[in-house]
Amino acid sequence: MYDKLYRSLYRIRRIEEEIARIYPTDEIKSPIHLSIGQEAISVGVCEALRSDDVVFGTYRSHSYYLAKGGDLKKMIAELYGKATGCAKGKGGSMHLVDVEHGVMGASAVVGTTIANAVGYAYALKFQDKDSIVVSFFGDGGVDEGVFHESLNFAALKRLPIIFVCENNFYAIHTHQARRQRNTNIWERARAYGMLAERIEDGDTLHIHERVSAAVQALRAGQPGPFFFECLTYRWKEHVGPNEDYHLGYRTREEAEPWMKNDQVKRIGGMLETEQRQRIEQEVEAEIQEAFAFAEESPFPNASELYTDVFKES
Amino acid sequence: MERNVSYVEAIREATDQEMERDESVIEFGLDVDDPKAIQGTTRGLVEKYGPERVFCTPLSEDAMTGVAIGMSLAGLRPIHVHIRMDFLMLAMNQLINVAAKGRYMYGGQVHVPIVVRSMIGKSWGQGAQHSQGLYSFFMHVPGLKVVAPTTPYDAKGCLIQAIRDDNPVMYVEHRLLHFKKGPVPEQPYTVPAGKARITAKGSDVTLVGISYMQLECLRAQRYLADVGIQAEVIDPIWLSPLDIDTIVESVRKTGRLCAVDNGWTTCGASAEIITCVTERLQGVHEVHVRRMGFAPVTCPPTPVLEDLFYPNARTIAAAAYDLVNGGADGWLPEEREDLREIEFKGPF
Repeated sequence: MYDKLYRSLYRIRRIEEEIARIYPTDEIKSPIHLSIGQEAISVGVCEALRSDDVVFGTYRSHSYYLAKGGDLKKMIAELYGKATGCAKGKGGSMHLVDVEHGVMGASAVVGTTIANAVGYAYALKFQDKDSIVVSFFGDGGVDEGVFHESLNFAALKRLPIIFVCENNFYAIHTHQARRQRNTNIWERARAYGMLAERIEDGDTLHIHERVSAAVQALRAGQPGPFFFECLTYRWKEHVGPNEDYHLGYRTREEAEPWMKNDQVKRIGGMLETEQRQRIEQEVEAEIQEAFAFAEESPFPNASELYTDVFKES
Repeated sequence: MERNVSYVEAIREATDQEMERDESVIEFGLDVDDPKAIQGTTRGLVEKYGPERVFCTPLSEDAMTGVAIGMSLAGLRPIHVHIRMDFLMLAMNQLINVAAKGRYMYGGQVHVPIVVRSMIGKSWGQGAQHSQGLYSFFMHVPGLKVVAPTTPYDAKGCLIQAIRDDNPVMYVEHRLLHFKKGPVPEQPYTVPAGKARITAKGSDVTLVGISYMQLECLRAQRYLADVGIQAEVIDPIWLSPLDIDTIVESVRKTGRLCAVDNGWTTCGASAEIITCVTERLQGVHEVHVRRMGFAPVTCPPTPVLEDLFYPNARTIAAAAYDLVNGGADGWLPEEREDLREIEFKGPF
C-alpha cells in the first residue's frame, strides 16, 4: 500500500521536476501548469479507483493523468508536440487525455469539465455500470456558474460521481478570500444535497481513506454524489517552471508549512530504505526512457492539420 | 400513397423512430416532458421511453450542454432541446470550447455525437431575445455541423441524419415552420449532410433562402414569374458543411445571386455563401450579388416595425428584379392574396 502510494507520488514529483528542468530549453512546446506540492490529492484519490473508473480534470493535468495510469511516454511526447503524443500534438499539456486508462480530458477554461464529468456519470448510471466518475477542479472553478449548475443536477439525479475540489487558495494570483464571501466550499456543496467534507491536512493517507470509503459506498449502490474539498498548496508559479514568491501576492512563509508537510518525503519515510531506493531507481529509468522517446519521436505530418475535425461515420 | 404531416410531427416521428432503434438516444431540455411537449415535438416520448431517456432539466443551459457532452463520451447519443435559439448563448463555452474541439484536441481519441435542437421565433412580438437566428456563430467554428431544415420532409430526414452523425450537430428549427405540412414517408430515412436542394428551376437569378426565408424566396419566385423573370431557388438545408457546388453551378447559369438569410448579414451565412461563390467564379464569370437579412438593429416587437425588420417575398422579388435589370428602379410587386401562405409540395 505505502509502496504504491510512494511510487505514484515520487513519480509525479520527479516527472514534473524534470519538465521544469527541461522547460528553459524550449523543447517543450506547451504552457505547463505544475502540480508540485499538490500530488497527494491525485494520488490519494486515484489509488482508490479502478482502471475502468473515469476522471475529468483541469489544465493542471499532469498529476491526475499520471496517478490514474495515463501513459507517461505519450504525455511527454504530447508536451514536445510530437506525433506520438496522447493527442498527436494537437492537445498539449492543458488537454491531456488517455481514454484507455480513464483519463477523459481537461479544459483550459476553468470549471468546464465539471459538467462533462456529471454527464458521464449519468450515462454510467443509465447503463447500469458500477464504475464511477471523479471530477477534479480547483477553488477557482467554484467561482464559475457551471460548478453550481452541475452540482445541482448531479445531486438531483443522485449520480455516481465524486467531486474533488483541490483548494490551493489561489486562482492565478488572486486569493480565495478576495473572490468568495463564504470560503467553506464543502458547505456550499452540502447545501446542494450531497455528502461533503473538507480534508485540511493534505495527508495522502487521510485523503485515500476518506475517498476509498466514498468509492465503496457508491459501488455498493449508495446514491451519490460525494464531495471532498482538499486543502493544498501550489509550490510553483501558476504557469511555468519557476517559483513566484517575489511577485508579492503571497509569501514564502505562507508556503512553508505545506513544504514541511511534503507528502513525497513523508510517505517515502514509511518505507524501508532499500524498498524506497528500488522504486526511485525504477521511476528514474522510466522517466529517462519517456523523455528519450519524446525527443526521438517525429513531429506530425503536415496532413495532420486537417484530420480529426470530424469523425467520419 | 403520399402522407402529409406537419413539421412538428416529422420531428416527433424521427425522434421516436431513432429512440426505438437505438437505446443510446436520449432527449432532454427545459419542458420536454411537460403538457405542451415542445409544440408537440416530444409528445408521447416520456410515456414510451421513460423518465431516464426523456426528461426536463433544471434551467442550466451551460451545465446541461456539458452534461450532454459527457454523456456522449460515455456512449450515449443525447438530443438537447432549447425552445429558443437565444438561450444557446448560455451554452457557448461547452459548444465552442468542448463539443466542437473535443475530437481534435484529444487527437481523435473521442467523438461527441450530440444533437442540439433550437428554435427561432418570429411574430407575435417575439422581440429582442426570442427571434435571433444565430447559426452563423456555429458555422464559424470547425467541428460543428449546422442544419436548418425548411420542409417537414427535411425536418425528419435531417434529424435522423443528425442523431446518427458521430459529431455535434446544431439543428435549427423556425417556429413558423412548425405547423407547415408536407409529404413525409413513414419509414425512417436520412437527408445527407452537405447537400443542397434546388426547389425551383430558373435561369435569370439565383435565390438562396435559409430556414424560413426559403418560403419567402419561393413566394418571391412567383412574384418574379409574373413579370417574366425566372428565378432559381435553392435551399442549402445544411449550412455546415455547406453545399457550395450546387449554388455555384446555379450562379454560373444565372450570373446573379441573392442570398436571403434568417439572420443579420454582417459576417452571416449570406456573406459566407456570396464570398464562396465569388471566390469560385471571379475571373471566370461575371457575377452580381446581393445579401438580404435582418435589418441591422435589434428585433422590435411592435408589428409595424417588425414587418420592416425582416425581408419578405416582395422585398426579395424587388431586389432580384433590380439584380436582373442592373439598377434600382423602385419596382415592388403588389401583394397577392394567394402568396400570403404557400403549401409545401416538394420537390424532394
